[in-house]
Amino acid sequence: MILSLLATVFGAAWLLVILGTLVWNGVAGLSLQVFTENTPPPGGQGGIANAIVGSLILTVFGVVIGTPIGILAGTYMAEYGRYARLTSVIRFVNDILLSAPSIVIGLFVYEVLVVRMGHFSAWAGGVALAMLVIPVVVRTTEDMLLLVPNTLREAGSALGAPRWRIISSVGYRAARAGILTGVLLAVARITGETAPLLFTALNNQFWSLDPNAPMASLPVTIFQFALSPYADWQQLAWTGALVITFAVLTLNIVARYLSTLGQTK
Amino acid sequence: MNDVSVATAPAVIPANKAGLEEKISIRNLRFYYGDSLALKTINLPLYKNLVTAFIGPSGCGKSTLLRVLNRMYDLYPGQRAEGEVIFDGANILAPKVDLNLLRSRIGMVFQKPTPFPMSIYDNIAFGVQLYERLPRAEMDERVEAALTKAALWGEVKDKLTASGLSLSGGQQQRLCIARAIAVRPEVVLFDEPCSALDPISTSKIEELIDELKSEYTIAIVTHNMQQAARVSDKTAFMYLGSLIEFGDTDKIFTAPTDRRTQDYITGRFG
Repeated sequence: MILSLLATVFGAAWLLVILGTLVWNGVAGLSLQVFTENTPPPGGQGGIANAIVGSLILTVFGVVIGTPIGILAGTYMAEYGRYARLTSVIRFVNDILLSAPSIVIGLFVYEVLVVRMGHFSAWAGGVALAMLVIPVVVRTTEDMLLLVPNTLREAGSALGAPRWRIISSVGYRAARAGILTGVLLAVARITGETAPLLFTALNNQFWSLDPNAPMASLPVTIFQFALSPYADWQQLAWTGALVITFAVLTLNIVARYLSTLGQTK
Repeated sequence: MNDVSVATAPAVIPANKAGLEEKISIRNLRFYYGDSLALKTINLPLYKNLVTAFIGPSGCGKSTLLRVLNRMYDLYPGQRAEGEVIFDGANILAPKVDLNLLRSRIGMVFQKPTPFPMSIYDNIAFGVQLYERLPRAEMDERVEAALTKAALWGEVKDKLTASGLSLSGGQQQRLCIARAIAVRPEVVLFDEPCSALDPISTSKIEELIDELKSEYTIAIVTHNMQQAARVSDKTAFMYLGSLIEFGDTDKIFTAPTDRRTQDYITGRFG
């Protein structure tokens, strides 16, 4: 008992130290400028606006590409192919994908998209992130739909409703909170990913909304700035880390709240 | 007329009395779960505008039989039926039957209340929208009529937009009945509709079944023999996958011909 308590305290303490350091160092550089100005050259004044917007765009790409594929695949597994052999194969492969190192996915997209297109681009970054979104969404969609009691499907069927109608009107509605939670968790995961973006979206010192061009993102910017020898860049990295941490924290809390909402219903 | 049968042979069906129309005729029905035979050659009529009760100990096949009538078993692999179930002149076990259309004509109410996770209004409108495009006003009327028939209108008329899940168990079950009859089926199947309900809700639903039979043909599976005696006109006693005895409810409960029927209704087994 004491051992496990100690282990808990040990783990929690480090978390607090990390958060504390982050806040301590990050808040110092926090100003309006951070959110309005682009990444500066070394020694110059600036913010991380392009990285924040870049991260948002890349995340949206990842979610918009990955979510429909993930939900449809999860729907197949839970509804149409519940007894099919294919489903267990997909589930197995999906679980591998779920735990695949994200750098491998980055390299894969690099080979398939970046090399063929001839340049780094936000598209490639979005695709790499989508590949991280898909397994999470597939998993939660399948799990949540499996939780929908069969009696509800039978009740829909008994009214003469076709299969797709039961899934869209009854299944998704009953599983809505859970699926949404899965999507939010996937968002939280990809917001902090650096490795798949290094090989795909790369980075951009300037303001860019062009999906065909390299795009800045918070994690990559933090990576680059934190390793730099310049004090002002390092400060921006701290601030960026603070911003991203709180964004992910908020997402996780919202996701948690939504999932409890789903349980009480 | 005597109903004499042995376990393996088809039960003898009493001659069709004048005025009784067979809405559904079950002929030589055999049903399999995988390799195991769950229904052994059932022959049974369901008469129009009458309530037919299926009784028997757990596992005797009465729910299975009910689920054949709207081919609910089709949702699951490995379940199949042989023989014929004639509904308005056509065999519903034939491979090319439009199952959705069939199920819109043969409604079902389940053991546990199964309201959809949507508003009370939408719970009713859901089934109606599948086959009819109604203007809003007509849909409102249809919803009201269905809820009125299910004796629920008075309790929910001020909260039609509330979730169907916010109702009590008994109300939820009446909502499910309203939902089933809103589609205007010809037959309604009840699968132990009161087993999860308190006595007051149960008696409301029994009254309801009695009123519904003027418009619909009804089959009800029940574990409760008093309930079968109260609500049904005809009773079928099943045991180990066979139909043992079928006849007028009064007769089955007062003077059963088969020893096993007698043992069951007097509570000696089951």
